[in-house]
Amino acid sequence: MCLGIPGEVVEVHDDAGLRFGKVRFGGVSRDVCLECVPEARVGDYVLVHVGFAIACIDADEAERTYRILEELGQTDELLAEQLLAEQLLADERPTVPAGPLDPAESTEGAEGGTS
Amino acid sequence: MKYLDEYRDQAVAQRLADTIAKEVTKPWVLMEVCGGQTHSIVRYGIDRMLPPSIELVHGPGCPVCVTSLEMIDKAHAIASRPDVIFTSFGDMLRVPGSRGDLQTLRSRGADVRVVYAPIDAVRIAKENPKKQVVFFGIGFETTAPANAMAVHRARRDAVTNFSMLVSHVLVPPAIAAILQTRGNRVQAFLGPGHVCAIMGFREYEALSSLYRVPIVISGFEPVDLLEGVLVCVRQLETGRAVLENQYARMVTRDGNVPARELVFEIFEVVDRKWRGVGNIPKSGYRLRHEYRQHDAELLFEVEAIETRESSLCISGQVLRGLKKPADCPAFGKQCTPQSPLGATMVSAEGACAAYYQYGRCPSTEAAVAT
Repeated sequence: MCLGIPGEVVEVHDDAGLRFGKVRFGGVSRDVCLECVPEARVGDYVLVHVGFAIACIDADEAERTYRILEELGQTDELLAEQLLAEQLLADERPTVPAGPLDPAESTEGAEGGTS
Repeated sequence: MKYLDEYRDQAVAQRLADTIAKEVTKPWVLMEVCGGQTHSIVRYGIDRMLPPSIELVHGPGCPVCVTSLEMIDKAHAIASRPDVIFTSFGDMLRVPGSRGDLQTLRSRGADVRVVYAPIDAVRIAKENPKKQVVFFGIGFETTAPANAMAVHRARRDAVTNFSMLVSHVLVPPAIAAILQTRGNRVQAFLGPGHVCAIMGFREYEALSSLYRVPIVISGFEPVDLLEGVLVCVRQLETGRAVLENQYARMVTRDGNVPARELVFEIFEVVDRKWRGVGNIPKSGYRLRHEYRQHDAELLFEVEAIETRESSLCISGQVLRGLKKPADCPAFGKQCTPQSPLGATMVSAEGACAAYYQYGRCPSTEAAVAT
């Protein structure tokens, strides 16, 4: 019921003293009452609910928050990649000398080495 | 579409869900207030992306659902009159009252019309001067300016055959009622983004501070909802309880000032009965005295109707977040969207109807699993 759809104002006109306009939603446009978004101009995006624009979308705010969201977790991914790389290196270290050895011998050898 | 697609980005949504899973250490119960948010959560499976320690319960924010049986019956009685063209948003037509629904009435020959915008009903009134045109004015604060504009225009253009059957409801008193409910489980709220686009969020700052509960104003898309959950969880985990605004691209502290002025020119606050919940003080709007010539409740005298709800239905508990739809023994059996027993099944935005529509019925889920 409270759903609103963002659309672009493509035309503004007067309808018997009230501010109306054409708003485009994807491929469809329709008449919308713009009386309560006096700041909305052609090219702006408004939020439309039951044929009535209830808000002018703050493009800068949308851009800013979306950028934060897009970046969210990316540092984690970098960290994860770094961890993975380190793990691979760590895995490689014992496998390089242990590679040609039989697992049983390698265990024995390791134990022997530490004792 | 711009401002929609980017907030449905699966990769961003997944990263948010992962971040929530990493940061949460205790179980928490969150409520999304608005029915549109409930629908989106169930549709996109947002609740299933979250770790099991976070439970989302669904709030009373579906105005179609909570419109009282008495009001549905009044609408039915008015729409039955031969001199009336009854106009409404489409989703009210199938809501059953004690005497049946508006859709059935229409199929029996009553002039019941669906309008997209309330102001279209005023146009119908101008085109049909010999008929009384009544619009069923329901909704939360989001819809109030559009409904107020219809009355404003009718008054200004002297359209005397237009009236409105007003059954508006308000969100903040409902949040307060939930927080005052004995056994309340809700620890934080996702606030109603579009209601706040109109009203701003000062009322929610007051609620958050009075009840020491986190409230995060949130949008309706998956990324919005998940970010709202993350912000709630961060507050809960650190013991904070403040108002935060996730939906800053639409919502400012003061909301839409011209829209609010229009609403208060036409409407005044009144006690209202909510289906499934009961009477909540100062939780609705009615037309101001100056606009009584457009008040359908005064123009059409309707006898008081004795109404009775199903004894099986637990929608009152679902609307307060005490129970989930699947806890009801009648869910998906005696109670379906085709023959709903109570408030939460009557509209697509009701929690029970959303669960039913997206296959959250325990029997169907078991069938899928096997």
